[in-house]
Amino acid sequence: MSGTLLNAVWQGIVILVGGTLLGMIYKGLDRKLAAQMQGRIGPPIRQPFFDVIKLMVKENVVPDHAVGWLYNLMPLLSLASVATLLFYLPLGGFQPLLGGFGDLILILYLLAVPSIAMVLGGFAAGSPLATVGAQREMVMMMAYEFPLAITFLSLGWTLSTFMPGAHVFSLSVLAANPLWGMVGPLGVIGLILLFAALMIVTPAELAKIPFDIPEAETEIAGGILAEYSGRNMAMFYLADAIKMVVMGSLTVALFFPYGLSGLVGLSGAWGSVIDVAFYLVKVFVVIFFAVIVVRVAFARIKIGQAARLFWLPITGISLLGMLLLTLDRFV
Amino acid sequence: MALPRSFKRALWVFHVATGSCNGCDIEIVAALTPRYDAERFGIMLTGTPRHADVLLITGPVTKPMLPRLKRIYEQTPDPKAVIVVGGCGSTSGVFYESYNVVGPIDEVIPVDVYVPGCPSRPEAIIDGVVKAVAKLETLEKSGVGG
Repeated sequence: MSGTLLNAVWQGIVILVGGTLLGMIYKGLDRKLAAQMQGRIGPPIRQPFFDVIKLMVKENVVPDHAVGWLYNLMPLLSLASVATLLFYLPLGGFQPLLGGFGDLILILYLLAVPSIAMVLGGFAAGSPLATVGAQREMVMMMAYEFPLAITFLSLGWTLSTFMPGAHVFSLSVLAANPLWGMVGPLGVIGLILLFAALMIVTPAELAKIPFDIPEAETEIAGGILAEYSGRNMAMFYLADAIKMVVMGSLTVALFFPYGLSGLVGLSGAWGSVIDVAFYLVKVFVVIFFAVIVVRVAFARIKIGQAARLFWLPITGISLLGMLLLTLDRFV
Repeated sequence: MALPRSFKRALWVFHVATGSCNGCDIEIVAALTPRYDAERFGIMLTGTPRHADVLLITGPVTKPMLPRLKRIYEQTPDPKAVIVVGGCGSTSGVFYESYNVVGPIDEVIPVDVYVPGCPSRPEAIIDGVVKAVAKLETLEKSGVGG
């Protein structure tokens, strides 16, 4: 028993370190590629590491008006909840480490925790800019959670009609049974619509342009993060980097859980290597189209526009996807 | 404590205009455009002094800006560097001994690097930012700053 526990601890450390490094590299690629698209040379890919090391050296200021303990606790909570998410996701084709202890519903809740931590941190900072940012973040959460929940529920429900009795919300079950091959043509259209909804929710979840309204550097001076500096800021920075991996892995696990090892005919260690490499490419492709291209191509929209966008068209798209999947199963 | 090498490669700058004519400010913006691409050295413009490592200050300090300039300096977390961009901030320039001007910026807060010019060239501004960190490091070594 203690051997299994030790093994789990080792795997946990590998996942944490690997997930963090991966997030930082994706963040570096994000900045490099965005710069290239704008006709610039751009920072080196290891730029996020420089940023974090620098932030760790800087003074950690707690403003006079801030609620000290809440202000200092929230970056930690944000980083901890995002790191916990890594344990519930199938990374690189492997089973999730804590897959037996939590499923998609838990992930839905855990995804909300970093945003709530940022809201509380923003209010605790006691600055008008941070307060405005925190209020906007709350509106954003109310806006994008609904289409996200519909997407998760539709996938789980559709799988439950094929596999009655199975634990359909478990990510390992969802990843082992991709729906694309099971449903009919109507269902495929429904899945495409749900995938589109998830791809539009992803930049909002990550607070990237055009949905970086709560942070809005040029408008409310970093919003929620306006008063954060030094170590606290570094923790939010890391949480943001890891969340990119989380959202990418979630999309890959739900919609593209395919591996290459079976196709190439390799098994064992080399099969795992190929699967992990393929998984990294898949996550990168998701991030590339959901975050990098979108953030270069669009400007920031207003909070009212964002709320309307998520409540009407995106919710409509995801509900239509759900309806098509239902029709596909029962007609 | 010596500054890590990463510090030099990840400078976030905050731009303060203390009553300048907007000439130097436009040159600062030019230094951040794709043509000069300051981000390839890790230099980024931040919206708040809390995130800043370097303060880029332009203009002769007008009287209403005096308390605000001091406040912004105090809000910036250590270690930090101050760069004066342009002739007005360095020497008061054409506003020398003017009735509504406090004086050069180094009479209000400690300044590390002066970038002369009316206005300064974007290349000179980027060079000034890099020099400011070199100066910060030597001060740390001799135990003066910090």
